Amino acid sequence: MIWIAIRMLTGDPQKFFGLVFGIAFSTLLITQQLTIFVNLLERGASGVYNVSSADVWVMDPVSRTTDVAYAMPSTALDKVRGVPGVEWAVPHIRANASVRTKDGDLEGVAVIGVDDATLIGLPKNMIEGSVDVLSQPDSVIIDDVGTTRMFPDASPIGERLELNDQRAVIRGIADAIPSFTSTVVLYTKYSNALNFVPGTRNRLSFVLVGKADGLTSQELVDRIEAETGLRARTREQFARDGVDFIIENTGIPLNFGITVALGFIVGVAIVGLTFSLFIRDNIKQFGALKAIGVTNGTIRKMVAAQAGLVGLIGYGLGVLGTVGFIYAFSANPTFKGFYIPWQIPLISLVAVTLILALTGWLALRNVLKTEPASVFR
Amino acid sequence: MSGPAISTRGVTRDFKAGQQTITVLHGIDLDVKAGELTFLVGESGSGKTTLISIMCGILWPTLGEVEVFGTDIYDLSDDDLVEFRLQNIGFIFQQYNLIPSIDAASNAAVPLIAQGMDRHEAREKAAAMLEKLNIGDQAGKLPNQLSGGQQQRVAIARALVHEPRLVVCDEPTAALDAASGRRVMDLLREVAVAEDRACIIVTHDNRIFDMADRILVLEDGKVTHDGEHMPEDH
Ligand SMILES: Nc1ncnc2c1ncn2[C@@H]1O[C@H](COP(=O)(O)OP(=O)(O)OP(=O)(O)O)[C@@H](O)[C@H]1O
Ligand SMILES: [Mg+2]
Repeated sequence: MIWIAIRMLTGDPQKFFGLVFGIAFSTLLITQQLTIFVNLLERGASGVYNVSSADVWVMDPVSRTTDVAYAMPSTALDKVRGVPGVEWAVPHIRANASVRTKDGDLEGVAVIGVDDATLIGLPKNMIEGSVDVLSQPDSVIIDDVGTTRMFPDASPIGERLELNDQRAVIRGIADAIPSFTSTVVLYTKYSNALNFVPGTRNRLSFVLVGKADGLTSQELVDRIEAETGLRARTREQFARDGVDFIIENTGIPLNFGITVALGFIVGVAIVGLTFSLFIRDNIKQFGALKAIGVTNGTIRKMVAAQAGLVGLIGYGLGVLGTVGFIYAFSANPTFKGFYIPWQIPLISLVAVTLILALTGWLALRNVLKTEPASVFR
Repeated sequence: MSGPAISTRGVTRDFKAGQQTITVLHGIDLDVKAGELTFLVGESGSGKTTLISIMCGILWPTLGEVEVFGTDIYDLSDDDLVEFRLQNIGFIFQQYNLIPSIDAASNAAVPLIAQGMDRHEAREKAAAMLEKLNIGDQAGKLPNQLSGGQQQRVAIARALVHEPRLVVCDEPTAALDAASGRRVMDLLREVAVAEDRACIIVTHDNRIFDMADRILVLEDGKVTHDGEHMPEDH
């Protein structure tokens, strides 16, 4: 009977494709939007992820994220270095600046100053050039988002910039995770950064700390906070802070939430409508089957099989579509490093199952209600 | 075979029409024998379809009992009644109600498939039945590729393929011209009437009344005649 159910469904290509399309569309919308949402949120933590070697970030008590930081006096560095359990501690500066390009365009950039001696604070990998270029005067390393944004046509290597009225030369390209706002980032040595960023007395944004063996990051955090009065966060906590900041301060959870809800509703609408049309067209046949001697239980299984087939194909197409989308746009810096967390296909699977259960149930009600006696009318 | 194939006792059926209740069948008592072609005739609205629906277990009587080959069918549980129909009753619906997306042989095989027989085996049996009905060469066609008469034969094949003990048929000739109507009745007599099988045909087509072995006349929900021929005044 399942075979008959499947043939009933596929024998009506229009409705079959309508159903598959509805499910595929919902899956695509839900999966794709959730993927973008999660990846965008994670961008809030990109500043942390780009500095892979720091176990603990130390900052002024009012600082909140890598981008929302209040500068500390440079003495903070020594205070942190004095805390037992601190293997190493380096200064880290993050500031906003304006750049004038050769063509006269103005671009807001983030300047990140990394420790002169160790270069801790740079992204792990370079796309072009080596980190050693920073030892040359006025050197900056641009991130790949900056490259595509400011120099879409030619290599930026050797380009001169006017950075807050100071001369800067691009000598390398870093492979970095873009920030939430896809701001262009220029990496330079800490001492250089102090020149680029106009001087107030306090300019130390963070102290990056590596922990000694034998204690956890959390223990070190507690110790630093107790001994210095500064705020300290583990790498994971600080990444989480960045994500939370976006959730709390932007409308994107709501926006994406609405789109995902729309995907669900549109799915219910398309699939529900098509499913009931399909059932209505076949109500006589279902009635005949019931009269002949097919139980309601078997009818349920038949409709479930129809829903299952539609769901499987539609869901597969929807997920494939999302993968294709991510793949197609992977070269675009906006979507750089986007991936589909395994939870998301699971969520859309649940959504699809809900859609089909709901619409299948609605459609099924009519069949189950049909009196077998109606076949003689 | 001893005793009637089907017997109804005091079968009454009410329908609710808005506020009021109309009684369509008034205490029907009748017996149908196996091995005969039994006609149930009467004017439109006299309750023929209602009665045959009750006799074949798809419509509950408001009152009364129906025995089909010794089984009090409305005493069965819902699922047992469904199973009883599947094993014992063949239906020929006026509108055929074939499944459009499966071919003639598969349509004819539906009762066997529903009984759990392997699909291919069922289809082979059904194809043999189509052969018997002289449309063996149409077995692979979809219903919409068949003429109305051929579709009806597929419907007949579906009603007989599982060798039911009771075959019911509502208005098989209503849509046909006189000659075709008689041909279908000949065919039904040939394939459907059997020693241990009851065959009830609902009709108000007076062109075929002479082909019955037995005629039951229903008037306003009562059986007013039971004999081998139509009464003189009809
Ligand atoms: N489901 C129903 N609900 C309400 N009334 C019904 C229902 N089924 C049948 N009736 C009524 O019962 C009466 C008998 O109907 P039935 O279909 O049995 O007549 P019939 O003899 O088969 O007529 P026809 O020759 O036109 O098919 C009619 O008055 C009809 O309106
Ligand atoms: Mg009728």
